[in-house]
Amino acid sequence: MKALASRRRHPAAIVILLLLGLMATGGLYSLLAPKSAQAAVASADDLTTGRKLFLANCATCHGLNAEGTKAGPSLVGVGAAAVDFQVGTGRMPLAGPAIQASRSDTIKFNDAQIASLAAYVATLGPGPSVPDSQFTSGDGNIARGNQLFKVNCAMCHNFAGSGGALTRGKFAPSLRNVSGRHMYEAMVTGPQSMPVFNDTNLSPTDKNDIISYMHELDKDQNPGGMTLGNLGPVSEGMFAWIFGLGLMIAAAVWLGTKAA
Amino acid sequence: MNEQGTEPMGADESQPGTALRLDRGHIQGHGGIPERFTDPGLAPHVHRLADREERAARRAERQVAMLFGISIVATIVFLVAYFAVDLHTYAFIPGIGQANLSNVILGSSLGVSLLCIGLGAIHWAKTLMPDTEVAEQRHPQRSSDESRRATVETMKAGAEASQLARRPLIKYALGGALGLFALPLVVQLAGSLGPLPKAELSTTFWRKGMRLMRDPELTPIKASDVTIGSVFHVMPEGIDKSAHFLEEKGKAAVLLMRLDPKDILIAKERDWGHDGIVAYSKICTHVGCPVGLYEQQTHHLLCPCHQSTFDVTQDCKIIFGPAHRPLPQLKITVDAEGYLMADSPFREAVGPSFWERG
Repeated sequence: MKALASRRRHPAAIVILLLLGLMATGGLYSLLAPKSAQAAVASADDLTTGRKLFLANCATCHGLNAEGTKAGPSLVGVGAAAVDFQVGTGRMPLAGPAIQASRSDTIKFNDAQIASLAAYVATLGPGPSVPDSQFTSGDGNIARGNQLFKVNCAMCHNFAGSGGALTRGKFAPSLRNVSGRHMYEAMVTGPQSMPVFNDTNLSPTDKNDIISYMHELDKDQNPGGMTLGNLGPVSEGMFAWIFGLGLMIAAAVWLGTKAA
Repeated sequence: MNEQGTEPMGADESQPGTALRLDRGHIQGHGGIPERFTDPGLAPHVHRLADREERAARRAERQVAMLFGISIVATIVFLVAYFAVDLHTYAFIPGIGQANLSNVILGSSLGVSLLCIGLGAIHWAKTLMPDTEVAEQRHPQRSSDESRRATVETMKAGAEASQLARRPLIKYALGGALGLFALPLVVQLAGSLGPLPKAELSTTFWRKGMRLMRDPELTPIKASDVTIGSVFHVMPEGIDKSAHFLEEKGKAAVLLMRLDPKDILIAKERDWGHDGIVAYSKICTHVGCPVGLYEQQTHHLLCPCHQSTFDVTQDCKIIFGPAHRPLPQLKITVDAEGYLMADSPFREAVGPSFWERG
């Protein structure tokens, strides 16, 4: 300890401390970062349970008959797919007023409850239903999925599916480690700012191809490590400016100082 | 001595060639710029620890050798890892995350190896190599008056001997020949700039009657396919047959959206669309990025490059960002089979401004 204390004023001490701190933060984050949950396919179809759940949890904002209020839109005709997506990804019930609902790891209901809620909302008006598992399995054509993803999805969700900013604080969420069913439902229902990609625009097979490509990206290992969020030139440029240029300036200062 | 051959002021007591002390050479100011700034000389030399103490010098020597030694070890690590580490092994590396082990070891060992050679060389130069200030005096640049005079005389004698002044015919003929010779150079330069762009920047592949096709599949779109809130990425029919496919694609990209006709505030936008279906150029009028970020609730179109935001309900009026011109709308209609088609080419140039457009 004494040897350490005597060197605490060494010029390199602050650099070493900073590096240690950064490494500890990075290491801890990658160990403790939340992993996504997987929802299983629903089995129960109990309309009464669904209506009870709806009245208890959703009616405050969406109205007693899901007709919509100032606080929330009408749910007539949104279909079971919208409920399965919004509730199954933890977006609804909304945790608090925000610019947009974000994906959450705490899903308030179990799969059976979500299924009954969805079944109830589906009776309010015709809308997209929960997709067949053959189109969400992600065993489609990966190359074609890549092409479709780049044309239809990449401008908002980023080339690597990392998500990106929209106007006025809204954002397109990350698509990494999202289940195929939820991706399919999002395309079909167009939640929040997202446009609708109906079956005539992207056929169920097209959607499955996109899901296959996204799942392939999830499996993809990064040879270089340190993805910096896969966010493109902004984060990478900032890293280069701060660390790359910082190191060069430090080296130039060291070269320029006199030894004595 | 400086280059004017004068002694620096205040240096009269010092021996020539030795450094001045910092407290010497001070001149009382008189409020104006002096006619000639005096050479302040060099600051006194401070000896380094390694110059004064043999122990310190030996320590510096050891440090330099150690840096070079680290470089040697790192190079050996590289050589061993090159053969020993499997190319497809992934491992968790703190601070980097999950990464290819071979990549990380090869890169960092090579980096450390080169860095330590550099660090060692600099440390060596800073601690052990001589660091005394050396001044090298420069001789005056101006030639002597004698040789300057001689040069002028030689020139004059040459001009006289060539009889240029006496024989004006030669003078003008030579002037004409040399002057004309510049023309071929200028003509080639102007000629090699390539053909003028003509109307390429102002026109796109779109013609009246072309169907709107899904990108990248190039299948036609029925008006009934486009439900409210949908967005289609569109290319003109037959663009894949174009000789300059990529250039044409870059100009012809179109975004197709369907809004509730009640939400559209501009009559021209409603007229140029079909039952709430509107088509706009996807090329940003700022610097030409694809504007594809359509928010179906606010009807904002956002350009990802510089955040220019266009309001689709107001004929793509700019509501934020550096773009200067609304996105051009493509007038569309439906054909007999119910497929969407262009009712006219773009009426204005798409994409960013250019010289002739202003």
